[in-house]
Amino acid sequence: MSRTLFDKIWDRHLVSRIDDRTGLLLIDRVMLHERTGGVALKSVLAAGRSVMAPDQTFAVMDHIVDTRPGRTDQTLMPTGADFIRTTREAARAAGIRLFDLGDPNQGIVHVISPEMGIVLPGLTLVCPDSHTCSQGALGALAWGIGSTQAEHALATSTLRVEKPRAMRITIDGRLAPGVTAKDLALHLLGRFGVGGGKGCIVEYAGEAVRAMNIEARLTLCNMATEFAAFSAIIAPDQTTFDYLAGRSLAPKGEAWDRAVAHWTGLVSDADARFDVELSVDAAEVAPMVTWGSSPQQVVPLNGAVPDFDPAGRDTREAHARALAYMDLTPGQPLDGLPITGAFIGSCTNSRLSDLRRAAAVLQGRKVAAGVRAICVPGSTQVRLAAEAEGLDQVFLAAGFEWRESGCSMCFYAGGESFGPRERVISSTNRNFESRQGPETRTHLASPETVAASALAGAIADPRKAH
Amino acid sequence: MQPFTTLAAVAAPLMRDNVDTDAIIPSREIRSVAKTGLADGLFAGWRYLTPGGRDPDPDFVLNDRRYAQAQILVAGANFGCGSSREHAAWALAEYGFRAIVAPSFNPIFRNNCILNGMVPAVVASRHAEEIAAAASSGEPTLTVDLIAREIRRAGGATWPFAIDDEAREMLLEGLDAVALTLKQASRIHALREQDRAERPWVYLTDKKSGPFITPSVSE
Repeated sequence: MSRTLFDKIWDRHLVSRIDDRTGLLLIDRVMLHERTGGVALKSVLAAGRSVMAPDQTFAVMDHIVDTRPGRTDQTLMPTGADFIRTTREAARAAGIRLFDLGDPNQGIVHVISPEMGIVLPGLTLVCPDSHTCSQGALGALAWGIGSTQAEHALATSTLRVEKPRAMRITIDGRLAPGVTAKDLALHLLGRFGVGGGKGCIVEYAGEAVRAMNIEARLTLCNMATEFAAFSAIIAPDQTTFDYLAGRSLAPKGEAWDRAVAHWTGLVSDADARFDVELSVDAAEVAPMVTWGSSPQQVVPLNGAVPDFDPAGRDTREAHARALAYMDLTPGQPLDGLPITGAFIGSCTNSRLSDLRRAAAVLQGRKVAAGVRAICVPGSTQVRLAAEAEGLDQVFLAAGFEWRESGCSMCFYAGGESFGPRERVISSTNRNFESRQGPETRTHLASPETVAASALAGAIADPRKAH
Repeated sequence: MQPFTTLAAVAAPLMRDNVDTDAIIPSREIRSVAKTGLADGLFAGWRYLTPGGRDPDPDFVLNDRRYAQAQILVAGANFGCGSSREHAAWALAEYGFRAIVAPSFNPIFRNNCILNGMVPAVVASRHAEEIAAAASSGEPTLTVDLIAREIRRAGGATWPFAIDDEAREMLLEGLDAVALTLKQASRIHALREQDRAERPWVYLTDKKSGPFITPSVSE
């Protein structure tokens, strides 16, 4: 019987069937962060249980930790230090590896996991964070879970999972020069809506996906949660193997050869059946920018704020509310809209290739007066690699702040934020009301669009900035 | 979790069909990430006169002094439908309910009941009416006997209820979801060992716990 890539991973990890739709699945990796990880670990230990596979469990400080240079356990978020210390103590008590402040491997969980080869093709990996779907880019079944589920995964190395429906999105052709995986992710959200992948495991396939490097694939898979998908996955290929070769926790020597032989079989069979099949022509994708307060409220950067469309995905009320929140009117062009904030970072777009492309736009130029521009590398390793090739100097000379790694201002957790009614262009994943700060107006875009806009002091097309 | 064997307690009748999880605990009553602090919000839309207010509606069953100590709820069909929010089960349990008697339950809610130590007792529709009538009398105490799978009125009628074997065992032993899964520990370990032989690179137990090799991030 022909199977999808997802089916193959599901079958291998199935401990037992709970009912027709639900299985008890073996979990290969659990990743935790300080926002919920410390509490989950403490709950497990307080119940008199232990972490079943401590060697396959990792924790990192990324969500709440400050990103200003010279940071300590103290955070701008009140009580943040409690989360950090609780996680540190609980990780020690549970005997799991923690990437703490000052650790050269500290960084955003979905950046450091591929970086170290914690995630590998064919693994099941869970983390109490909705953007865990990013890691499907390596051919793993990786998904975000709740805190109670994290306790279950820690204590039993398993989870009860309701089998998602199978969706394949095939991206034919190639993305045009200057068009990125972020633009593609936003294009898909605009076209199919924020409920487009509801309850599905989305396999991204096609020529454009095969042509992407791993960092671009991570960006594409990252926004599957905005698509309401269970998760996203991309079949591992030579690009995947080349990326993983030599990573610290990736197999070595003979084990590597065995692993690659196994991973090569992790593809959907030619006649595998998907519940939903969609296709997109990559050539149709342009640089995108969101105009509203939902990721589906997105248009090509050279487009305009749309009129209410009764046949569209937004209700009249939602459309009007987004316009009011964003202080925009239909027909207004996005290109040239003045901004006061620019943010490059997050698990969506903060890897070395993202920073290189943004730096290429910034090289030798200055951020416009009145714009606060911030770059937060996705991991300490990304920061060090960027500094080794002088990218930090490009950002700093342009007038960007250059930060320590963490989730930072992708979301407002009670600490640092952009100000009320500030208009921010951001390489992050969510433009919800007050996501980046109370009443802050967020426009999502690619890192190079953020860089070009920071220079112009207004939303700008990076293809014209060179 | 507190094991459940038999419970003699006041039963409160709430004979409406399709009581949904929003009615059980309205979204506005869920204020923190914790599983606690929800009892006050239980049935808030019916229990209080104004949304968000705390002035009791005297017509709502739980505001009747006879039911102040109720631990059994007798309800209509399809109880717990709607959103899958576990808060509905948490709120009922925190309020003090230990058994819900109804002709049918939403399957997700039913599962959440079991995970939180509450008995979802499925009874025939006509029996639900009889049980509700008994609960509406001057002496609303009933006994839910999970061992015998029956509901009794002192010196009176007995009604059978249905519950599957796994759920019954879990409730009798006071097992939570982790404990239930750990009953399959030998299967979990067996699959892990089989998988370790086939995919040894997945298992990191042979690695030294010393500092990691600094990975390259170039691509």
